Amino acid sequence: MQTPAAVSAVAPSSETRHGEGEFLTFTLGSEEYGVDILRVQEIRGYDTVTRIPGAPDFIKGVINLRGTIVPVVDLRLKFKLERADYNDFTVMIILNVLQRVVGVVVDGVSDVLQLTPEQIRPAPEFGASIDTRFITGLGALQDRMLILVDIEKLMSGADMALMDARSQALQ
Amino acid sequence: MNRPQQPAMAGIDLSRFHQTFFDESAEGLDLMEAALLRLDPAIPDGEAINAIFRAAHSIKGGAATFGFSELAGFTHLLETLLDGVRSGAQALHGNDIDLLLRAVDALRGLLAAARGDGKADTSTVNALLAALQQRLQAAPTPGSGSTTSSRAPAAPQRGWRIAFQPSRELFASGNDPLRILRELSRLGDCEIGCDVQALPTLAQAQAEHCYLAWRIDLIGDCERTAIAEVFSWVEGECELSIEPLSQEPVNAARVPLAVIDGGRASEPAASNDHRSDGGSIRIGTGKIDSLINLVGELVITQAMLQQLADALDPVLNEKLLHGLSQLDRNTRELQEAVMSVRMLPVDFVFSRFPRMVRDLAAKLGKQVRLVLSGEHTELDKGVIERIADPLTHLVRNALDHGLETVEQRHASGKDATGTLRLSAAHQGGHIVIAVSDDGRGLDRAKLIAKAQERGIAASEQLSDGEAWQLIFAPGFSTATEVTDVSGRGVGMDVVKKNIEGLGGAVEISSQPGHGMSITIRLPLTLAILDGMSVRVGEEVMIVPLNCVVESLQPQPEQIRSLSQQAQVVKVRSEFVPLLPLHQLFSIAAAETRPEAGILVLLEAGGRKVAVLVDELVGQQQVVVKSLEHNYRRVPGISGATILGDGRVALILDAPEIIRLSTQAQAA
Repeated sequence: MQTPAAVSAVAPSSETRHGEGEFLTFTLGSEEYGVDILRVQEIRGYDTVTRIPGAPDFIKGVINLRGTIVPVVDLRLKFKLERADYNDFTVMIILNVLQRVVGVVVDGVSDVLQLTPEQIRPAPEFGASIDTRFITGLGALQDRMLILVDIEKLMSGADMALMDARSQALQ
Repeated sequence: MNRPQQPAMAGIDLSRFHQTFFDESAEGLDLMEAALLRLDPAIPDGEAINAIFRAAHSIKGGAATFGFSELAGFTHLLETLLDGVRSGAQALHGNDIDLLLRAVDALRGLLAAARGDGKADTSTVNALLAALQQRLQAAPTPGSGSTTSSRAPAAPQRGWRIAFQPSRELFASGNDPLRILRELSRLGDCEIGCDVQALPTLAQAQAEHCYLAWRIDLIGDCERTAIAEVFSWVEGECELSIEPLSQEPVNAARVPLAVIDGGRASEPAASNDHRSDGGSIRIGTGKIDSLINLVGELVITQAMLQQLADALDPVLNEKLLHGLSQLDRNTRELQEAVMSVRMLPVDFVFSRFPRMVRDLAAKLGKQVRLVLSGEHTELDKGVIERIADPLTHLVRNALDHGLETVEQRHASGKDATGTLRLSAAHQGGHIVIAVSDDGRGLDRAKLIAKAQERGIAASEQLSDGEAWQLIFAPGFSTATEVTDVSGRGVGMDVVKKNIEGLGGAVEISSQPGHGMSITIRLPLTLAILDGMSVRVGEEVMIVPLNCVVESLQPQPEQIRSLSQQAQVVKVRSEFVPLLPLHQLFSIAAAETRPEAGILVLLEAGGRKVAVLVDELVGQQQVVVKSLEHNYRRVPGISGATILGDGRVALILDAPEIIRLSTQAQAA
């Protein structure tokens, strides 16, 4: 695992392109995932969070990100992975989705990869930890396989409980 | 006066100026309305008429420049009428004010249509256009036949007629005729006509060439040399003539009239104050809010440093500590200064009432005098925006239900004209807004009877204060008949809810036969809150101080169990439901025995609850941050803040907690 290096990205483009492009890869358990780099604001180490009453267990709470209150979702708990440790190496990806800022906790962040359209295959019906609705494709890269995630769809989903029903309807 | 032609600016994208035009025009219309309401047709105040005229004039100019031809055409007619009034050529009648007020409304509609918010009501606009035209023709002014200038000089005024025809290559030397015209308008009141005869078709026009010429009537007491000086930069690059303004041929019959009205030579002074707004700039609220956020950050960082410094040896680190205390003072002052930027005078909402009261009083056939006071009291923009609707409701109610008709007032020996007072004042960290009338007051017996009829619990034994509170019950209305002004009984409960939502409170006082008064007490700002920090288990939470009645360490005998879950605490002679916070928010490792913790007595909406916390941590001002911005609403939590150590603490929503606890007990 690499030390969490700060990766900052420009403002996200208005449309999500899950064709070619650059992807930030992270690991959840034994699977490797990729998100559109344009959605990533920064990467931080896991910090103490303030618990929110009544929130589901995978919402760890909120943190203070330079004055903004940002909710933190532990994707490992969300996808019911067996282990979810919090140590010095636990990493949070701060995402910019739908004009909101959300932090997600993952097992580790690997690198930023450039994928060409040929390297991206359609997502088959298979049993990844993530519901196939949120998978836009598979990235093949030598011996590695990346699961490309539509992070906006994932974060705004009703079961993520991150937004009010009203703001969900607006999206 | 010629209508400014828009192709002169072709090629520049004007749409980015539209918002400014809309904002300024809206302000201009508000100003016109306010001035019209002040205007007494019998003794027209020259200054007020000038103000109205100027507002109409700038709207017209802007509308023509940006190509909103309907708006420009309408305002042009309005301006012509106003100009006639201003110069004394037209007398002002009582119903003219109504006509002009309706014209202002129509302009608002046109403006909204130009902005893209809905469509203008064309039939009303056309009817008003016809009415204005008719009004103009009813008393033709000598000068109104020509479109070049409808101005009929009222008094022998000093002035200059300037003909300015720049050479085609004027722009090449870096000169801008607009700047010259602006410069000229500083010398006095300008009537500028633009000559577009030389303008070729767009295809033939050269963007770098100046095809326009201007004729300016400058009214004002200035020297010829002052005017020549304005043109000194373009000397040799234009044809220029400056001549004393000749008196236009005036009707012999009008001359004496004009002399009588001659005191109206106040125009230069008026045009001076027109430009006195140079000391302010227009800023988007988003920028201010981000500034406030940044300062909030600074305050937190400062508090963090302070905490670290407390552990240092004061002797060894004297200089550092001295610097830190200076930083503390500076950040505090900076925070106050930045917060004050968001403050607006309450006049922002009050200014809508003269018109509303006038219209409503006419509709209801009542005579009302509206007295405003303390309109300059400032409060947070967010609060102002959210107080407007409740206040409107209260004013309507006072007019409709509170004040009597003329006959009724005569019968009870009162002045036929009722008085409605709207006042605002600072009181401690709060602002107090009162709506009071000298009408019939609340009728205690009627209130109670009505409440019983509506199935609201009420008995004859209620104290006056409790009886008055009945009007806030949902579905309650005191008017025997429902009018289209008010009386549907959906309002007062909403008013109360809205105000409590702002962290405020509503109080009523009433004297039967002498009127009533509703007082609203509001916090100055929504961005900062006086809070008490409490610890529950590992968590620190903020309780809004304005809801805290007291805190106590209960003795075991004060606690009574009602059932297996519910407990009450006896505070003096009162039993207050007890609500352990750790239970409500399922916080682990918190103190569960009331006698080992601290009870904080909260009050909101007339109900009390005692919440159990582990300990009181301190009292501090906190900057309120939204949870909903990136997350969602959480029941029982109104927002969040950042503590001195950078951690997030949640702010309790006291009214909601009380509601939740009573629900839980009912269940």
